[in-house]
Amino acid sequence: MINNFIKDGLKNKTFCVGFFIFFSVLFIAIFADIIAPYTYDEMEIINKLNNPNQQHLFGTDRYGRDIFSRVVYGSRIALWVGLIVVIIESFIGISLGLLAGYYGGITNRIILFITDLTWSMPPIILALAIITMLGPSLNNVVTSIAIVSWAQFTRIVRAKTQSLKNMPFVEAARAFGENDFNIIFRYILPNVMPSIIVITTLALPSAILLTSSLGFLGLGAQPPLPDWGVILYNGIPFIRKAPWITIFPGFAIAYTVLGFNLLGEGLRDILDPKLKI
Amino acid sequence: MLNYTLRRLFQGVFVIIAITATLFLIMQLMPGDPIKLICNPRIPQERIEELRHLWGLDKPIIIQYFYWFSNIIKGDFGTSIISGQKVSTLIAQRLPYTLMLTGPALLIEFIISIFLGLIAAYKRDSIFDKVIVNLAIILRAIPIFWLGILFIMFFSLKLRILPVSGYSGFKSLILPLATLVFPYLAINLRLTRSEVLEVLRERMVLTAYAKGLNDRQVLLRHVLRNALIPTTVMFFLSLPWIFGGSIIIESVFAWPGTGKLLWKSIVGQDFPVVQGIIFIIAMLTVISNTTGDVITALLDPRIRLEIKGENA
Repeated sequence: MINNFIKDGLKNKTFCVGFFIFFSVLFIAIFADIIAPYTYDEMEIINKLNNPNQQHLFGTDRYGRDIFSRVVYGSRIALWVGLIVVIIESFIGISLGLLAGYYGGITNRIILFITDLTWSMPPIILALAIITMLGPSLNNVVTSIAIVSWAQFTRIVRAKTQSLKNMPFVEAARAFGENDFNIIFRYILPNVMPSIIVITTLALPSAILLTSSLGFLGLGAQPPLPDWGVILYNGIPFIRKAPWITIFPGFAIAYTVLGFNLLGEGLRDILDPKLKI
Repeated sequence: MLNYTLRRLFQGVFVIIAITATLFLIMQLMPGDPIKLICNPRIPQERIEELRHLWGLDKPIIIQYFYWFSNIIKGDFGTSIISGQKVSTLIAQRLPYTLMLTGPALLIEFIISIFLGLIAAYKRDSIFDKVIVNLAIILRAIPIFWLGILFIMFFSLKLRILPVSGYSGFKSLILPLATLVFPYLAINLRLTRSEVLEVLRERMVLTAYAKGLNDRQVLLRHVLRNALIPTTVMFFLSLPWIFGGSIIIESVFAWPGTGKLLWKSIVGQDFPVVQGIIFIIAMLTVISNTTGDVITALLDPRIRLEIKGENA
């Protein structure tokens, strides 16, 4: 099983490129302390707004903070936020999807209504509304993104569960007297797993994009945290004098999101080619 | 068909009530007293109680919500806490600017994505197809605020051919519009391409060729018509999404639209304005989703049959 997966993976170019990028970002995030020459909030006022040079690879900002180090540490925030968001939203989304798909009837209707409700509103606007109420901070960004984006899990898990629950092997389990809990977790969930893995991988980059968008609007991570969106936002007054402050963090976001998108699409080709997202 | 449309509209009203009620409830649960925000702290307590009574803030939440909703139906969105202007005036001033951006963006994006998607699918695995597909993947990963800033750096600061920000005539429309089009283009392009590919595999395409039609006739008359159905749905679904994108674009380009207003009101905790704008976006979402569903049913006889079956 695992061998087959690796064999398919090596054949799939999208997956390979995605995996390489993913791995490089993960590596940078884990070894940020070693890779970054400075800490993310170390100020050298004498060296403010320096061009990219040997000492400061990506230049410095108005406080003389090293942009390279900030971008490197920023990978931790991006990955960490992405991970937590995905854990929360997949938990909500998968449970609701299983419940709606398995029980049908009124449960299904109510869950479907809530799902359609959150799905149809633009996520950034809902997230903004929630942040208005909670106040801007990184934790609230996590909460708001999880609240607005679990619906993608529910939609697909629900549809899959609906088609699985009438399969002969599930009927057989029921005939053997298995209870609902066992049927859901031992018979249905493992069969939905491939789709869940794919959606999870693709949910991560959207969470990272949304986090940096909120950071960019000044409503996400608060300074001096080196969220990529925040670094970019802080660079805007200097786009004439010091364009490197905005160029490099944007590149980091695009690189990471691209990697995860490719990884997710590669996984889809391998695990669940018919899945439409 | 009429029956179906009416039912969808009814559901839509329900959705709007659900969205606004949730929002209203959460805003009420927020710490902070709206009256204290507006009034001078030296105003005596009795006067504050009087005002509270006057504005109905001493009533239960459900009644307050009812008041708010019935006012909205009358077109009264309340007044802004910060500027003291009517929310409806504030929104009416800015909405044209947002529509000026989102309307053309959607249309341009729709036309280009169908055109390119159709060609890419038809010339599958050619160099053109590969370039288009890879470009779409890369574009989807680029954060739009960054794209906007890069555009400003290149076209406004380096080449100096377009204005940096704000609104000063047609020329200032170009950069925000382009920035808004690209990411959505990437998504819809891929959708169109995969839909066209799917239709091309169907046997009716073979039949069409067997009838002696040439490539162009087959593509335009048979393939495109079928592939257009999901693309049209996507068009209507992405209508509210592009509003979301315009919030970011408007703050990058200092565009005087509703997105900018929403952002300012959020930062300033100006709840009446936030609620008013969210209400309008919720309305728009519901209208566009309903239109999308109804148009799909009109375009696709199979879905129409399904609906009839449901009603019977």
